[in-house]
Amino acid sequence: MLDYIARRLLIMVPTLVAISIITFVIIQLPPGDFLTTQIAELESQGESVDHAKIAALRAQYGLDQPYYIQYFDWATGMLQGDFGYSFEYQLPVSEVVGDRVMLTIVLNFTVILFIYVMSFPIGIYSATHQYSWGDYGLTFIGFFGLATPNFLLALVMLYFANVWFGTTIGGMMDPIYIDQPWTMEKVLSVLEHMWVPVVVIGTAGTAAMIRRLRANLLDELQKQYYITAKAKGLSPFRALMKYPLRMALNPFISDIGNLIPQVVSGSAVVAVVLSLPTTGPMLIGALQSQDMYLAGSFLMFLASLTVVGMLVSDLALAWLDPRIRLGGGTGR
Amino acid sequence: MSTTTRNTPAPRRARHFVDTAPFDPMHDEVLTPEQERYYMASQWTMMWWKLKRHRLAVISGLFLLLLYGSTLISEIIAPYGLSTRNVDHIYAPPQGLHLFHEGKFVGPFVYGLDYKLDLRNLQRVYTTDTTDVQPLRFFCSGDPYQFWGMVEMDFHLVCPSENGTFFLLGTDRLGRDMLSRIAYGTRISLTVGLIGIAISFVLGIVIGGLAGYYGGWVDACVQRVIEVIRSFPELPLWMALSAALPVTWSPIVIYFGITIILGLIDWTGLARAVRSKLLALREEDFAVAAGLMGAKPKRIIGRHLLPSFMSHLIASATLSIPTMILGETALSFLGLGLRPPITSWGVLLTEAQNINAVELYPWIMTPVIPVILVVLAFNFFGDGLRDAADPYK
Repeated sequence: MLDYIARRLLIMVPTLVAISIITFVIIQLPPGDFLTTQIAELESQGESVDHAKIAALRAQYGLDQPYYIQYFDWATGMLQGDFGYSFEYQLPVSEVVGDRVMLTIVLNFTVILFIYVMSFPIGIYSATHQYSWGDYGLTFIGFFGLATPNFLLALVMLYFANVWFGTTIGGMMDPIYIDQPWTMEKVLSVLEHMWVPVVVIGTAGTAAMIRRLRANLLDELQKQYYITAKAKGLSPFRALMKYPLRMALNPFISDIGNLIPQVVSGSAVVAVVLSLPTTGPMLIGALQSQDMYLAGSFLMFLASLTVVGMLVSDLALAWLDPRIRLGGGTGR
Repeated sequence: MSTTTRNTPAPRRARHFVDTAPFDPMHDEVLTPEQERYYMASQWTMMWWKLKRHRLAVISGLFLLLLYGSTLISEIIAPYGLSTRNVDHIYAPPQGLHLFHEGKFVGPFVYGLDYKLDLRNLQRVYTTDTTDVQPLRFFCSGDPYQFWGMVEMDFHLVCPSENGTFFLLGTDRLGRDMLSRIAYGTRISLTVGLIGIAISFVLGIVIGGLAGYYGGWVDACVQRVIEVIRSFPELPLWMALSAALPVTWSPIVIYFGITIILGLIDWTGLARAVRSKLLALREEDFAVAAGLMGAKPKRIIGRHLLPSFMSHLIASATLSIPTMILGETALSFLGLGLRPPITSWGVLLTEAQNINAVELYPWIMTPVIPVILVVLAFNFFGDGLRDAADPYK
């Protein structure tokens, strides 16, 4: 197992390097940089621009260096915890970001937890009661959840919360706690506000998960070992829990690799609609104003989140399934 | 054989007998025409039969066909022009369609709207005036437009009565008819998915095909690349790329830029499917036999392997069209995608970002409905296709 973990960790390194290169290329793609945008803005307002000062700023931020040196500086900086400088906020990125990274992780983690907690019993029910009214109803709701884009769902919920309850459901905590140190009350307030985004972001994932678990379990329930287990008199509950469920669980765990990017990208947009203080809204602002290091750090952070998530899923799978950790079972 | 043997009386032996009736090897198992039709059907015919049995998929398919058909004549379907402003009817509520006026049948008509500005909170208040009957006109001339941007026309399917209004879904901030704008938006929103999927289909087949057929280091490289691309969450990546499109580009170029971005990221799933199918199929007897007979890899892949799982590919491509439509909607909604005057459902929804406006004038959220319907229809249709893709089961 240790061997497997070490190997799996080593594979992550080139992936992360590749991701950082792609991120860097993307944030360099727009023509010009933040300073050119600002110069244009100043000139359009009729203010004179001190070219010597601009050149000095360029040199200070390293914008006059060739691209590969800029990349190298940025990448090594990140390793040391220095994520660069946000031009728009005139602050180091790590200070601008503040709570947001933490809140994003908490939000996404809760969503994934929600997806598992919801889809597990529903999936089992649907599979064991195939073609019953409950199954049809849940399947229909699942389809609807799958089809409704989550940011539109957020919009609709925002509207109905306003109309029915007269409250706004945006935000992630009471306004009084914003920029306050973390206390028990703040945590409670966050929990109170979090269920709406969690449900909104998690709906599509839950629906997909239910469908997958149902299909897997249905496959297993047709197999002979299950019939044998029932025939020799095992109680239905035990017969279900002991064998088929375990087999159906494998894809359930391995699917987290698909689930995490989906949840992360969903939460980024929903956060904009519900104005959550996570990385999503700030990423969009940074992308629009070409605040390259801020945008780059967010992209890098979101991608790393999925890479780490996939690592977790792989480890969980290896722990569950000895064929994987022993390197066998790969013969196609 | 000599002549003598023929003349001498031979021992009685049955003459070699040949039946003159045509030989029919299936003599004992004659198929009824019904059975014959079934057993001789090609794979595509069988898939069609199987698809026809999936009621929901057929309905969804027809719905999509209708919608795509409507994009050919969006200008005619829309009662108003794309940017016709009704300055007297800003944020007008949807007008209900009626058939009977005071118990008398008058055909489809709407009641006129009376407008009053509530000076207390500056809200626009419209009341229906039930004495003002405005019958609709059909096949009529209304707002002029350029059909497909080329031909000057003013023919509409439905128009409001002379000096009347017809806002089935209300109007927006500038007094433009929502229904007409949604009809125009359909053209853009639906084609984004088609062009995007075409790009990702080609990329997926070529790259996945190379990886699956050659295996080895080609396969390893492609797998790594796919892994890296997939570890980026889709929407933030789309957002970053579309933010990189220069502001100076014209809206139509931006439109193509967005579709290319959508296609460039989405091919990984298809490539994986192609690769795993190829890996499995290239060991099959028919592929090995073709190779032994001297067929080149290009011919084996193109002539033997691809057709055997083309149906699966089409089904999974259908299932990924809604992702692209949603991607475009989300991007435009956030202001990173298409820009007016190009109108898509996402562009229309940017108006709904302001929750106060939505609260007062909820009908500006109506573009949500076609988005959900189309995504649902694509899901059902794709599901039916996927089931039908394996007609021998």
